[in-house]
Amino acid sequence: MSTIRGQFKTAPGGFSLDLAFTIPNGGVTGVFGHSGSGKTTLLRCVAGLTRARDAELVIGDEIWQDEKRDIFMPVHSRGVGYVFQEASLFPHLSVRDNILYGFNRLSPRQRTITVDQAIAWTGLAPLLDRMPAGLSGGERQRVALARALLRSPKLLLMDEPLAALDEPGRAELMPYLDRLHRDLAVPMIYVSHSLRELARLADTLLLLREGRLVACGPLQEILPRVYTDSGITHEEVFSVLDATVVSHDGAYHLSELQTAFGTVWASKISAQPGESVRLQIAGRDVSIGLARDTQSSIVNQFPVRVAGIADRPPGSVVLELRPATGDDQNLLLSVITRRSRDHLSLETGAHAYARVKGVSILR
Amino acid sequence: MPDAQAFDWTPVLLTLQLAAVSVVVLLIMGTPLAWWLARTRNRARVVVEALVAMPLVLPPTVLGFYLLFLLGPHGPVGGLWESWGGPRLVFSFPGLVIGSVLYSLPFVVQPIQNAFMAMGERPLEVAATLGANAWDRFFSIAFPMARRGVLTAATLGFAHTVGEFGVVLMIGGNIPGSTRVVSIAIYDSVEALNYPQAHILSAGMFVFSFAVFLLVYAINRRADTVSR
Repeated sequence: MSTIRGQFKTAPGGFSLDLAFTIPNGGVTGVFGHSGSGKTTLLRCVAGLTRARDAELVIGDEIWQDEKRDIFMPVHSRGVGYVFQEASLFPHLSVRDNILYGFNRLSPRQRTITVDQAIAWTGLAPLLDRMPAGLSGGERQRVALARALLRSPKLLLMDEPLAALDEPGRAELMPYLDRLHRDLAVPMIYVSHSLRELARLADTLLLLREGRLVACGPLQEILPRVYTDSGITHEEVFSVLDATVVSHDGAYHLSELQTAFGTVWASKISAQPGESVRLQIAGRDVSIGLARDTQSSIVNQFPVRVAGIADRPPGSVVLELRPATGDDQNLLLSVITRRSRDHLSLETGAHAYARVKGVSILR
Repeated sequence: MPDAQAFDWTPVLLTLQLAAVSVVVLLIMGTPLAWWLARTRNRARVVVEALVAMPLVLPPTVLGFYLLFLLGPHGPVGGLWESWGGPRLVFSFPGLVIGSVLYSLPFVVQPIQNAFMAMGERPLEVAATLGANAWDRFFSIAFPMARRGVLTAATLGFAHTVGEFGVVLMIGGNIPGSTRVVSIAIYDSVEALNYPQAHILSAGMFVFSFAVFLLVYAINRRADTVSR
């Protein structure tokens, strides 16, 4: 499989980035870390806006940078689409001229997306003749998105595109990002300090702390490390499960979803049987029992194996739960009190039942 | 006899011609200089900035004196120039243009430099990611975004050239039709006790200066409202 392989070491003095990573050259790679962890610097290095002193970057079979051989492809030749945190539209150009800026600089055979497609995708048709100064935050970011897409990028870089928006603006833009992920074949690196956003969009997760790589791999596998060994604290503990819709039960208004842990019943969703969905399960909604509880209102119960236990001060622990069947791809996180852990004598390797009180659909 | 003289338009036309030529030269020279000053991290920048700003405080006679020395037929620049067959620079129209350009340089470079600095790095970075090379970025993004600064610079440069006296007197002298501009003509008229002529020219300059600043402030005000 084609990969994106990068290694960056920026000059000492000021902020320093020092990491090496390999991610799939396809799907969405989420980059997570707190502010100051080097997320934006990493993205700028990939785009070529910042030139790292000691660096190598290979996209598929194209070498974009190799300082040992003094190769540095300039930004304008790289074929990246970059969406900045602030839309950064050209104030002297209309919406139409903004989105055509990159498109007009491509030869016809380099163009992989048509103007009509991009406009339809981002819903910009009514705004084409407006100037950027008169647009709302959400509208600006849609223009920036269309502009980046019309560059026909080989790699799309998104630097917290939702961060500068207010709640309505975010709600406005999110469906476009979902759609991008679903319909567009272009690989994307998406930087965010919101784990929820990344859980929704990303397939691969890259964790950063103080300019260093903490972990990198498939989302489900890496997500728990945010709480366990990354040293990155995060308010809300949750896990992500991919599921397939099996059937709907109209009478009870429920949907039957197949996951690696077993069947999950969730409040009826609109996706059709056979479609895949992504579930988010909050850690505090997962409790633990040593036996299956048959006298409970909770229907979603799975046999699990405790794969790891991490302290969550002051009084809680995070349990890493794997399916009892021995699958190592999927993980469920549970937050329980330290007292309960001791009471149930839970140790790594123990078998138990996870009771899931609630699931929400991410996408 | 002086009172009987008809109003002489030659100095006015000459002044406008000098200002127009100077502004064109100033924009062609000043824009790349302003671009460099706005973006370079070179330590020589402060030295160049100080040199560019010098005419703001230097007595025009000082500038004029050195130019006279440099550009004169026996000066280091003028001598070389004439040995290549160039026309005489001092006491001529080309000499006036050189003097005006140096004298008005800060009025042109500073507004353009400020405009380039105000736009920041971001629009140029975006343009680069969209496939624009350095020249393309300058002409499609930087220059159009700085256009109000350029307009202000052109207006101030024009007006300042119209209003100069000392440099012109030193390097150009007072040759009717060739170097006698309005400011010199006013001085001359007063010397010759031709007050009506001095009045007309002075009032004209007064109204002109007022109009120029009205224009500059109107440009800047519009820029403010648009950017808000």
